Amino acid sequence: MLKPDLLIVGAGPAGMSAAIVAARAGLKVVVVDEQPTPGGQIWRGVEANAGTSRGRALGAQYCSGLATVRAFRECGAVYWPSTRVWQIEPTLGTYVTGPGGTRVITPRLVLIATGAQERPAPLRGWTLAGVMTVGAAQILLKNPGSVPSEAVWIAGCGPLALLYAHQLVRMGGAVAGFLDTRPSTPLRESLRLAGRAVLRSSGELAKGASWYAELRHRAGRYVPGVVDLQALGTDRLEGVRYRTAAGRVEEIRTSLLLIHEGVLPELHTVRSLGCEIQWDAGQAAYRPVLNEWGECSHPDILIAGDAAGIGGAEAAVHRGRLSALRILQRLGKVAAEPGMTEENCRTALARALALRPFLDRVFRPRGEIFAPDDDTIVCRCEELRVRDLRAALAGSVGPNQLKAFTRAGMGPCQGRQCGLTVAALIAAAEGRQMSDVQPFRVRPPLKPVRLCDLAGLADEGLSS
Amino acid sequence: MFRLLEDDRGRMESTVTIEIDGYPVIARIGETVASALLREGASWSRTTPVSGARRAPYCMMGVCFECLMLVEGEGLVRACQTPVRDGLKVERQMGPRKVGPSC
Amino acid sequence: MFDCVVIGGGVVGSAIAYGLASHLDSVLMIDGRDSEPRAAQANFGLVWYQSKGVGMPAYQRLSRLAVEEWRSFSEEIEETGGIPIEFAGPGGLTFCLGDQELEARQTILSRLAGQMERTEIGMLSRHELERLYPGIRLGKDVTGGAFSALDGHVNPLRLLMALQQGFVNAGGTVHRGRRVDGIEVCGGQFRLHLKRSVVHAARVVIAAGEASRVLAEPLGMTLPFTLQRGQILVTERVGPVLPYPSDRIRQTAGGTIMIGGTKENVGRDTGTTANAAASLAARAIRVFPDLARVSAVRQWSGRRVITPDIAPIYERSSRFPGAYACICHSGVTLAAYHARGLAKRIAGYGSWDDVQKFSARRFDVQAA
Ligand SMILES: Cc1cc2nc3c(=O)[nH]c(=O)nc-3n(C[C@H](O)[C@@H](O)[C@H](O)COP(=O)(O)OP(=O)(O)OC[C@H]3O[C@@H](n4cnc5c(N)ncnc54)[C@H](O)[C@@H]3O)c2cc1C
Ligand SMILES: Cc1cc2nc3c(=O)[nH]c(=O)nc-3n(C[C@H](O)[C@H](O)[C@H](O)COP(=O)(O)OP(=O)(O)OC[C@H]3O[C@@H](n4cnc5c(N)ncnc54)[C@H](O)[C@@H]3O)c2cc1C
Ligand code: FES
Repeated sequence: MLKPDLLIVGAGPAGMSAAIVAARAGLKVVVVDEQPTPGGQIWRGVEANAGTSRGRALGAQYCSGLATVRAFRECGAVYWPSTRVWQIEPTLGTYVTGPGGTRVITPRLVLIATGAQERPAPLRGWTLAGVMTVGAAQILLKNPGSVPSEAVWIAGCGPLALLYAHQLVRMGGAVAGFLDTRPSTPLRESLRLAGRAVLRSSGELAKGASWYAELRHRAGRYVPGVVDLQALGTDRLEGVRYRTAAGRVEEIRTSLLLIHEGVLPELHTVRSLGCEIQWDAGQAAYRPVLNEWGECSHPDILIAGDAAGIGGAEAAVHRGRLSALRILQRLGKVAAEPGMTEENCRTALARALALRPFLDRVFRPRGEIFAPDDDTIVCRCEELRVRDLRAALAGSVGPNQLKAFTRAGMGPCQGRQCGLTVAALIAAAEGRQMSDVQPFRVRPPLKPVRLCDLAGLADEGLSS
Repeated sequence: MFRLLEDDRGRMESTVTIEIDGYPVIARIGETVASALLREGASWSRTTPVSGARRAPYCMMGVCFECLMLVEGEGLVRACQTPVRDGLKVERQMGPRKVGPSC
Repeated sequence: MFDCVVIGGGVVGSAIAYGLASHLDSVLMIDGRDSEPRAAQANFGLVWYQSKGVGMPAYQRLSRLAVEEWRSFSEEIEETGGIPIEFAGPGGLTFCLGDQELEARQTILSRLAGQMERTEIGMLSRHELERLYPGIRLGKDVTGGAFSALDGHVNPLRLLMALQQGFVNAGGTVHRGRRVDGIEVCGGQFRLHLKRSVVHAARVVIAAGEASRVLAEPLGMTLPFTLQRGQILVTERVGPVLPYPSDRIRQTAGGTIMIGGTKENVGRDTGTTANAAASLAARAIRVFPDLARVSAVRQWSGRRVITPDIAPIYERSSRFPGAYACICHSGVTLAAYHARGLAKRIAGYGSWDDVQKFSARRFDVQAA
């Protein structure tokens, strides 16, 4: 049984940055990540891509990850790639399965740096083969370097959709059309939110604006103000029907549609431990309740990066470092790097987060996502539609019983694709705020595990 | 649905052949079964055990489980989290998976 | 003012309320919050009699009566509740691994046979078991098993839904997400205090699972029990391979395989442990090695209410006529009895004599 000082789940910007600080200070650190190489979502595959034409097309922010990945590889932390964490018990006993089989780790402290997932955006027909997320397509761009075979239709809202379109075009792909589902934001309100951040982050803003400009210019079509989308087809996607705020309805033919409605913190790990969460109205998402160090309601667990609330890669780095500093403090160590102080990290974090309220406001998801029409599938695994859930709502006492009665959230994805929508349906039906509704419980395992992998624990006596 | 870009690295020497439903599929070393599948004409990965509807990889990051496929020697796994290796035999999962002496 | 209020909307409260609705004019069921412990949403779904009532013939007979009634009861409830409940009663098995388990099972069977004329339970050899499961191999340690022709299984969540819907369809009223904080008696009536309201009733049935004790005590009813945690593992859906349910492993109508249940004395802890998952999985593979590569997708735990002799407690207050309490393990199995025989007697029809055997006073007698 492995007994490190610190276990970090996730080798993205947050997890790697924390590991570097902690390991250099002399802690025994283990980092586990499901991916075969370090980098997380943003820097996926950066070791292979940096320095190639693909890396250049993916951009400078992408390639900048190489330095962190290299430092991480050399920092002395034990790194288990291709290994998934499937259960963390409240006593911190952590169960992982990977190339080395199933193992137990019992660390003194745990840092959860599991990042984000894309916001489920239920629309009619979204289960058809041919509908994918923008994030999925971007993953293919990074590894193995695939682009849609034909000019692609993208529908959605959020920086990642713009970034993907930009990267795709630079790599030689083409955008057939962009259905912008971003609700129009009163300019004055957005600017007020941005405040002085606008000045300080003018570079970022200019980059975003240029992506938009490029999109309008390079995409075959750019349709603003899309409020309703429907994927058409029987066995696979054949077309898309959309409606704009102005009431215009149009149909296009396509065999591939990429959708994206922003990202959400990965909360399964945190919630399976019973850690407290709260509704963040600004981000229209639940997030864990944390103090300024990333400590949560469980005394020995910290959370950093996008899993702590969406902040982006740079904020993830600084949150990872801050959590690591706190961990050093708690275990009686000090950071090895001279500049690695709380003050510096906080300043950098504030800078990284300066533009966030503005981004959250401008890319706030449209309300329709939370109130899909009756025919829309909510739970992809169990193929439950809004209608089924609404019907069951009246006869149940709350989210957990609703789950029990309908099986929503009981399939292999374990509620990752339906949990938020179900909570929104309950809130709407009962006239309550999202902040008053708790999503249904999360049960282990965090990811499915084969019975033989479980039984392996008993065989080896590891479980006793 | 997707095609590979030529870049300054990828050539034939960095490929392997896997089998999907008995047909050979050329894949790049380091990519996943799902990403190879998505270059095939029939890019769907399974039919659901509930209604039999076809599904294809959706998120590519391991959170939707639409890419569940039967990999020889392993069971039903997420194809988007399964790296290719030469000779790997993969089957589309049709409905609920079978269990028995031969599976 | 209600003829009767049932406190608790688990499978026990729902079955009783459902039954009462056909005897009384106005029945109210009050069911606590979503976060309340709910054994009815955590159980294994067996309709089971083959292991019940060793040393207590009355419980053996009660369980047998219930499983026999289940066949017609399942049809009735599907019709009145309008919800398919996936009941099947093909008979059920207890697998024995190794010779010791086989001997122990044989002993139980002969004790049960000593208490009842024809138990309809018998031992099967390994070879006979193999014939019952043509699609899957048995592990090498399987030495035999017990088979009861009367046993079966049901989807316990659908059962709960159907009971509640059947109750509503029969004119019953449900208050969901509300808790009864206390019960007062005045002038032969019961006053139930809820957060912001009071409900009046001529009769009250306490069926609040592990929360029953505190409600029943002031009404002069003592309910001795301890809590036992049970953890269950469930797999992805697979094609039909297990035609019969067994005590620790069964395939649901939807195709998932349920593997249950640990028995742990850990007080009120409702956590799940990887330890338990490991031992449940290991035993399942020892019985059916072909399940090794099937994935578990969910694990949960629930708490059983365990009375000193494991049999249910049906209590009628002698101090406050009209007050009843009902707690049990095996509330799924006994649902047919609760909805029929027991509800009828609470409504005032038929004799209470045979129910009296299940009063908690039986424990005083034993102590004396
Ligand atoms: C699909 C996708 C693509 C994105 N692309 C970009 C981009 O190009 N540019 C950008 O600025 N932002 C991008 N983002 C936003 C992203 O959240 C970044 O801001 C950044 O990656 C966050 O860093 P992090 O360290 O918090 O988490 P991540 O980088 O997401 O890293 C989390 C890591 O945890 C691992 N993990 C999670 N759960 C487990 C588990 N149970 N067991 C083992 N390992 C686990 C994951 O494999 C992952 O590597 C993307 C988000 C998504 C969802
Ligand atoms: C792991 C496990 C496996 C099992 N397997 C089987 C099996 O295979 N077959 C079988 O027959 N039995 C099985 N059982 C037992 C069965 O689940 C229980 O007998 C049955 O659920 C008990 O039902 P109940 O209604 O008494 O309790 P519960 O389901 O706990 O319901 C109590 C209800 O009372 C409500 N309540 C509590 N306090 C108040 C209050 N103050 N005011 C209003 N409402 C209140 C709660 O909200 C709850 O809904 C199993 C149990 C467990 C834990
Ligand atoms: S595509 Fe979503 S889990 Fe593989």
